[in-house]
Amino acid sequence: MRSGFPLLAAQAGLHYLDSAATAQIHRDALDAVLRHETGSRANVMRGTYALADAADRAYESARGAAARFLNVAAEEIVFTSGATAALNLVAHSFGAGLQAGDRVLVSQAEHHSNFVPWLMLRERKGIALDVLPVRPDGQLDLGRLPQLLREETRLVALTQCSNVTGAITDVAAVVDAARRVGARVVLDGAQAVQHGPQDLRALGVDFYAFSGHKCFGPGGVGVLWGRAELLCTLPPFCGGGGMVGEVNLDGFSWAEAPRRFEAGTPPIAQAVGLAAALDWMMSLDWPRLRERETALCARLLDGLREIPGLRVLGSMAAEGRAPIVSFEIAGLHPHDICQVLDAHGLALRGGHHCAQPLLAALGVEACTRASLALYNDESDVAALLDGLRHAAKALR
Amino acid sequence: MSAGAELYQQAIKDWAGADHGHGRLDPADAAARTDNPLCGDRVQVTLRLDAGRITAFAQETRGCLLCRAAASLLAQRAPGMDAAAAAAASTALEELLAEGRDPPPAWQDLAMFAPARSYRSRHKCALLPFRALRQALEGVSHREQ
Repeated sequence: MRSGFPLLAAQAGLHYLDSAATAQIHRDALDAVLRHETGSRANVMRGTYALADAADRAYESARGAAARFLNVAAEEIVFTSGATAALNLVAHSFGAGLQAGDRVLVSQAEHHSNFVPWLMLRERKGIALDVLPVRPDGQLDLGRLPQLLREETRLVALTQCSNVTGAITDVAAVVDAARRVGARVVLDGAQAVQHGPQDLRALGVDFYAFSGHKCFGPGGVGVLWGRAELLCTLPPFCGGGGMVGEVNLDGFSWAEAPRRFEAGTPPIAQAVGLAAALDWMMSLDWPRLRERETALCARLLDGLREIPGLRVLGSMAAEGRAPIVSFEIAGLHPHDICQVLDAHGLALRGGHHCAQPLLAALGVEACTRASLALYNDESDVAALLDGLRHAAKALR
Repeated sequence: MSAGAELYQQAIKDWAGADHGHGRLDPADAAARTDNPLCGDRVQVTLRLDAGRITAFAQETRGCLLCRAAASLLAQRAPGMDAAAAAAASTALEELLAEGRDPPPAWQDLAMFAPARSYRSRHKCALLPFRALRQALEGVSHREQ
């Protein structure tokens, strides 16, 4: 598996355990970008020459790949610069129809990219923001949904998988509760897509956001999926070329979705690279890979139990979670821990992981996070456990 | 010696562990808080002043060993300093981290941060208390203008 990732193949001694921040890029994605940039590079939806036509076809084909990965229609796929841009797009375009008195429900487990846009919407429109709390095991306290969802709730914006605890949201329960009050649901899939293709029709949500760099594709590209019947009614977020029907001195008309939401030159080569990564992912045996990820996560959790003074944030169970494990060690700062780990060839992130409300709920300011992906194996976990023992000695 | 061990030499751990000047002055003549948005670390500095010179210094630091060592060192050296001296100390640390320039004789203790030079993301950790001190003193001088 490691050999398919050029950076990991070139750096045999590297134990990369920060895939929740950015996964390594797969060779297929890199090759596709290079092929496109050296064979089909031109702007899209603008030129009539053969090269421009090739670029158009590559870009629209990428839209198709993203749609297959999510089990949705291609015309419902909007390419953005990443999940953050996708969520901001929903906050602006869906938010444009909200007014004072309307309510949006978020959770305390959100990454800042699915929290701050709603705080900003509250400032712009005077909406009310309700916050679903998390339980000590890191799971969303879904039992509070009936109290928090009201007639005025227009949108529920939740993470599919926590970037800190790895807790997976019971999306069916959320969608069921939201529908009872007529609210729409936007799901932040940034951490989920790395662990396999998604069936959005089965999940039943209304919007879905993810980033290419978290699922073995290039940086600078992401996807917003929205139900066709919603996208066709929403106003654009950014203005510019490509998103208009006609422009004159008096105003402009909107292009059809999804182009309405893709102002300017889109991330063409990045979308092509992302499509190659997604196609590669769809060729894999995900039930087997998930079993392997769970076993590796169990090995990690078992090893962490043996480290004196270490506390895992959230659940200690390997099942029913993504292989993302955050922890604190009494008396040691995450930055110092990560610095010592780095000297042992281990790449981990320490800090607040852009989830300060969640960390506050879990009673910490910062933590160290190990996130496993399909290219990690036993040797990475063993190196981490060794590294943590070294860190505890070096820092005391 | 590994890079991690070199960075965490005994002097850093000793200064951090000593936690000189820990606390908060109340009342204080000047105060400032600096945050590291990368990790949420925070330094709160409170000062008492006489004619622009620091007569008492207190710090509350939530941070890594580098940050806490810097705050503790500053607590020992700050009394008697004015805004210009604080700026000079901060500049000395910035130049040590950015360019590897030796600190002036009065600030030789800053040399313990030299191994952090290779780790750009850690520069702010050591600089955070110095920036808090500068901000506190600049706040006073702005009020006096």
